[in-house]
Amino acid sequence: MKSARIAAAALLLALAATNAGAHAFLDRASPSVGGSVASAPGEVRLRFTAELEAAFSTIRVLDSGGRQVDKKDKQIDPSDRRVMRVSLPPLPNGTYRVFWRVLSVDTHATEGDYTFEVGK
Amino acid sequence: MADELALPTISQRRLGATDEGPGARETSAAMEYDKRLTPNLGVGLSADYLRQQQADGTVTDGFDNWAASVKYQFYKNDPGEAIASVGLDWDIGGTGAKAVGAESFSTFTPTLFVGKGFGELPEGAKFLRPLAVTGAFGLAIPSRSSSTTVDADGNAAVEPHPDVLRIGGSVQYSLPYLHSFVKDVGMPEPFRRMILLVEFDLQKPVDREAGGWTGTVNPGVLWAGRYVQLGLEAVIPVNSRTGGGNGVLVQLHFFLDDLFPQSLGKPVF
Repeated sequence: MKSARIAAAALLLALAATNAGAHAFLDRASPSVGGSVASAPGEVRLRFTAELEAAFSTIRVLDSGGRQVDKKDKQIDPSDRRVMRVSLPPLPNGTYRVFWRVLSVDTHATEGDYTFEVGK
Repeated sequence: MADELALPTISQRRLGATDEGPGARETSAAMEYDKRLTPNLGVGLSADYLRQQQADGTVTDGFDNWAASVKYQFYKNDPGEAIASVGLDWDIGGTGAKAVGAESFSTFTPTLFVGKGFGELPEGAKFLRPLAVTGAFGLAIPSRSSSTTVDADGNAAVEPHPDVLRIGGSVQYSLPYLHSFVKDVGMPEPFRRMILLVEFDLQKPVDREAGGWTGTVNPGVLWAGRYVQLGLEAVIPVNSRTGGGNGVLVQLHFFLDDLFPQSLGKPVF
C-alpha cells in the first residue's frame, strides 16, 4: 500500500529542486531578459517577486568587454520595494549583461544574470 | 534543504488485481512536514490516510504507517546548479491500520538524492538551460524477512518481505527560469510561473522471491507562487506487471521558510 506515498515522495523531490526560486525571484526586467532594444535605454529596471533589503542588493551592467557601464546609482523604489533600478549612460550598440544579487526581506539571498542587446 | 509542508497530497488510482481479488480504487490523502535542524540537516514526518473501495462496493479506510525521515545535504554547487543529499526513511511498523495494508514491521530506506540544472549550457542551447533533472536511489529494507500466517484449518503460509530497490526521479523544465535567466518570451500569468515535469517512480524486489520492475510515470505541471506551490500530475503504470489503471495526484505545498522566516521557517540551530 505504498504506491501513493511513493508518488508523493517523488513529487516532493521535484518540489525541492524548485524551491530555490520561491524566494526573491526576478519577475520582470526592462530591457527584457534576452531581449533587444533599438535605442539605448536610460536605465535597467528589475522587479522581483519579493521585497528587497537595499543594503544587501546590488545590480551591475557590464559591456561585452566586462567593463561596468552603469552609473553605480542603484536604487530600491520606495513605493515598491520589489523594484531595483540603475541608471545608464548613452550606450553604444552591443550586447550587455546585467548581474543582480538580492537579499529579500525574509533574508534569502539569490543572484543571477541575463543579457540584452542594444541596436539590433 | 528547506522548511516545507505538503498538505494535502491527494491521489486516486485503481490498484492492480491480486490473487485475493479485483483491484480496489484507492484514494490517498497525505501530508509531509520537513524541518531543518541546521542549514544542511533536516528531519521529516509524514502520514497517509487511505480509502479503498473494492469492486463490490466494500470500503475500508485508515492510516497507513506513519513515516519519519532524516536528510543531510553533503554537496551543493551553486554555479553548477548541482546538489546531493543522503537520507534515511523509517516506515514505522504497527502505526497504521492493518485493514488498509499497513505492515506490522518497519521498513528502513537509505536513499541518495541528486539534482542537476543545466544553466551552464552554451548560448546555442540556451533554451535547454531551464531543464533540470533529479534522482533518488534507495533500498527499502524491511525489519522482518517474512511473516507467517495460519488459516482456520491450521495451514501455515509464509509471506516473504524482500528488500526493494527504489529509483525515482524527474525531468523538469522551469518557465520561471526561462523568463528570469534566458529570455522573456512574454508568456502571461499564470504560465510564466509554471514548471513542466515528468516524474517516474520504479521499484524492484531484489531478494526473497525477487520480481520484476513495477512503478509509475507521472507527467504533470507545478505552479510556483511566493508562498505556495500547486502540483497536478497524472499517474500512469509503466507496465502490465504494475497493474491497475491511470490515476491523478494533486498537491498543495507551503514554503514555511518564506511564510515564517523568523520562526517556523528557519533552522533550529
